Amino acid sequence: MKPASRGVLVDPLFENNPIALQVLGVCSALAVTTELATAFAMSLAVTGVLIGSNVAVSLLRERIPSDIRIIVQLTIVASLVIVTDQILTAFAYDISRRLSVFVGLIITNCIIMGRAEAFAMQNPPGRSFLDGLGNALGYSVVLLFVAFFRELLGSGSVFGFTLLRPVADGGWYEPNGLMVSAPAAFLLIGCFIWILRWWKPEQIEEEFRVRALSESGDEGDLR
Amino acid sequence: MRRSPASTIRFAAVLSLVCSILVAGSAVVLRDRQEANRLLDRRLKVLTVAQLVAPGERLSREEVDARFEARIRPVAIELATGEAAPEIDIASYDQRRAAQDPGRSRLAPPNDAGVARLPVHAVVYEWVEAGAVAGIILPIEGKGLWSTLYGYLALTPDTREVRGIDFYEHGETAGLGDGIEDPVWRARWEGRQAFDDNWEPRIEVVKGPAPPPSAAPFEVDGLAGATLTGRGVTHLVRFWLGWDGFGPYLARVREGTGAP
Repeated sequence: MKPASRGVLVDPLFENNPIALQVLGVCSALAVTTELATAFAMSLAVTGVLIGSNVAVSLLRERIPSDIRIIVQLTIVASLVIVTDQILTAFAYDISRRLSVFVGLIITNCIIMGRAEAFAMQNPPGRSFLDGLGNALGYSVVLLFVAFFRELLGSGSVFGFTLLRPVADGGWYEPNGLMVSAPAAFLLIGCFIWILRWWKPEQIEEEFRVRALSESGDEGDLR
Repeated sequence: MRRSPASTIRFAAVLSLVCSILVAGSAVVLRDRQEANRLLDRRLKVLTVAQLVAPGERLSREEVDARFEARIRPVAIELATGEAAPEIDIASYDQRRAAQDPGRSRLAPPNDAGVARLPVHAVVYEWVEAGAVAGIILPIEGKGLWSTLYGYLALTPDTREVRGIDFYEHGETAGLGDGIEDPVWRARWEGRQAFDDNWEPRIEVVKGPAPPPSAAPFEVDGLAGATLTGRGVTHLVRFWLGWDGFGPYLARVREGTGAP
């Protein structure tokens, strides 16, 4: 793979993660991450929709009239989401019930429209495919990270297999109720971003860096 | 790119056509599978409220069908009288569709449960243990906070006590109202009294935790953060236990003249 294509695929994982750096698609990251099974299914659904919409928009990019391009992208995304929802109901009924409305809400996931408008409209289908896959993986990494800790600490299990036996089942682990509720996802996404920026300090926005330095009385470093 | 209005409209029309074919095609192709899944899920819920599925037990499709057919006996009744309705073909009878059909339903009297129409006929289930009826399962529906809840309520053969409740379709808030499907909460219903001494529906989802059945026979624990969903459940359970719902049928069951 050429280095440029590799960058398109790999950068969204940690260098330019859609959730952690661009803070897009957070709504579903809160809603479907109480357990790994739903987070995994949601990741697959978003991956399918994102790749499909990127490739479709890219194929049509020379033909899409610019004055209606947003609604054209939305139409494509909405159709793909409905088809994905239908497939889930047919082949993974239990999971699709647990995801309830959130598969349908992929339509409003900003990552998908964002990639269609920002990347697929300017790039050929091959690169758009890689960009879609890369961003979907970046989304999935955060989702699975959050879901892993929420399920482990909130229910004592991983992918439904009990690791920490809860007190209610005669074990020793007292499940953390916070982890089952939505705010826990905020905390965990926050932790993810914190770890990421500690590892890659260049992701810290300039304005925050300035404030951090001036608060510590270290103005000398500002120039 | 900039283009004439005509070509823009042409593009939009072609795109809409292609997308609608895609959407409609997937719905048609997958419908049979989805229907089979829905039926299976409802059968599983019926078995669950009858406590014929152990908590955490995973059943295959075949096991669900086999257990359902061995243990559960569907009975068609006329809702207003509670009499058996042997003319109804149970396998093909869709109660929810019938309730929308003016020829096979009537307007429901004003109620708190948000039930608009009542079907003329309903299908209830009896489960059988050692040749005797061990309980009755009623289909229930009504408004929660955001959506209509569809589920089942199981009673003991004397109709006095709740054996189980579960919902197979709803659109309540994930993480809050969808607690109506939580096995821990559902277990709190077991052993509560559905009716008072005059056979008026009395059971209620309260706010906050409820004492054990011996101390508070009519109270069920509330769902934290989902008071309104819980209130909806109270209303719809009372409605279907009441005289406009399955009351006539339940009276017949108590007298020992129930269907069949």
